[in-house]
Amino acid sequence: MIKKECIIVGGGPAGLCAAAMALASGCEVLLIDRSPKLGGQLMKQTHKFFGSKNQYAKWRGFDIAEKLVSDIIGHPKLTVLLNSTVVGLYRDQVITVLCDEKYSRYQADALLIATGASEKFLAFENNDLPGVYGAGAIQTLMNMYGVLPGKNVVMVGSGNIGLIVSYQLIQAGAFVSTIVEAAKIIGGYKVHASKLVRLGTKILPSTTIKRAIGTDHVEAVEIISLDENYKEVAGSSRIIPCDAVCVSVGLSPMHHLLSMIGASTKYIPELGGFVPLVNDRFQTSLPAIFAVGDCVGIEEASAAMMEGYLGGLYLSEYLSKSHPDHAKLVSQYEKELFLLRDGPFGQKTKAGLKKMEDAKKNAE
Amino acid sequence: MNKNDIIICRCEDVTLQQIHDYLDQGHTNFEDLKRLLRVGMGPCQANTCGHLIQKEIANYLNIKVEDVPVHKVRPMILGVPLRSIAEGNDEEC
Repeated sequence: MIKKECIIVGGGPAGLCAAAMALASGCEVLLIDRSPKLGGQLMKQTHKFFGSKNQYAKWRGFDIAEKLVSDIIGHPKLTVLLNSTVVGLYRDQVITVLCDEKYSRYQADALLIATGASEKFLAFENNDLPGVYGAGAIQTLMNMYGVLPGKNVVMVGSGNIGLIVSYQLIQAGAFVSTIVEAAKIIGGYKVHASKLVRLGTKILPSTTIKRAIGTDHVEAVEIISLDENYKEVAGSSRIIPCDAVCVSVGLSPMHHLLSMIGASTKYIPELGGFVPLVNDRFQTSLPAIFAVGDCVGIEEASAAMMEGYLGGLYLSEYLSKSHPDHAKLVSQYEKELFLLRDGPFGQKTKAGLKKMEDAKKNAE
Repeated sequence: MNKNDIIICRCEDVTLQQIHDYLDQGHTNFEDLKRLLRVGMGPCQANTCGHLIQKEIANYLNIKVEDVPVHKVRPMILGVPLRSIAEGNDEEC
């Protein structure tokens, strides 16, 4: 067993920012990520971010990743394990790690979980036909490896990811004929939606995919209109030709490591699914284990970064190594997080966090 | 709708029809379905099918999704070759 002062699981925006604060506070950090490179989903984000200057507004995602990595890399107290998956977590802060078929055990004084989220999938006929992709898969293929998944794409879901990936597909030379959205309104920012409409994409609210059509590969999709109760409107079926379908119907927090050790969790739809209950210091029901970012509730990367900074500060405080500017930095990042959630798109998160508060009260 | 063509668990190739057949026979929780159909026992460990099955159970029992318990998550999150555990050493990778 290898002992470490502090272990951070996940090297995306939340984990990188947490590592920066823990290192700045004087902690020894082991940062573990399953990918060959640090940066998490930021590596796939070719678009410029919104938000304030402190949240890297106007920077492209992969540039933010590079900046966050350069903030910590080379620090004498930092060890990074890449291509390494944490396969088990135990209540005494022991983790087991698989790295190129090599299996090792570590134990930490405190752990921070920043595992992010995974994509939700959709049940429709022939949903296993080649040519049906998740939005994350398309971003990986297209933005990281330069592979165009199709030339004529139908997007399912009009949240920000659906809209942004549609735009990225168009930038890469594909045509996105149609975006279907089960809800009555477009999910993402209107500025993205109107840009797509100007480029010839049809956005169809109250519409969903019923079936993918094709023998060896997607050749078309059948779409249907939905009524107030999300039931099929008779006679509304239409066939749209395409060679790829992109499913972008939301993300689900990766709570699995925390569920494994019996940390208190609750299903909170507004936060994306099962989430660990954390206190205002991002501490789970197991005091030495913290959790930040999308694994405690789906938000944008900007929020994950702010939570990461805060989690890193609180983790250091827990290890009796408070950052010299602890109070000042905490209030700064808390304020940033508050501002991020203050807009109309933060209402859902706020409702989710309210439910988390209620769940914690019930648990006590 | 042809439920035989709707895949719910991609890892173990389980269809919506198979899920509904067992729901009709009274197996209305994730753990039962997991033992009967192997849903959630493949490489992704219910990452993909978990919320779909939760939704099917909720609809079937006419209860809220949040009231449907999910399966117990256990180590390991990925398949680990037994050889790796046997040879497991505590040197840094």
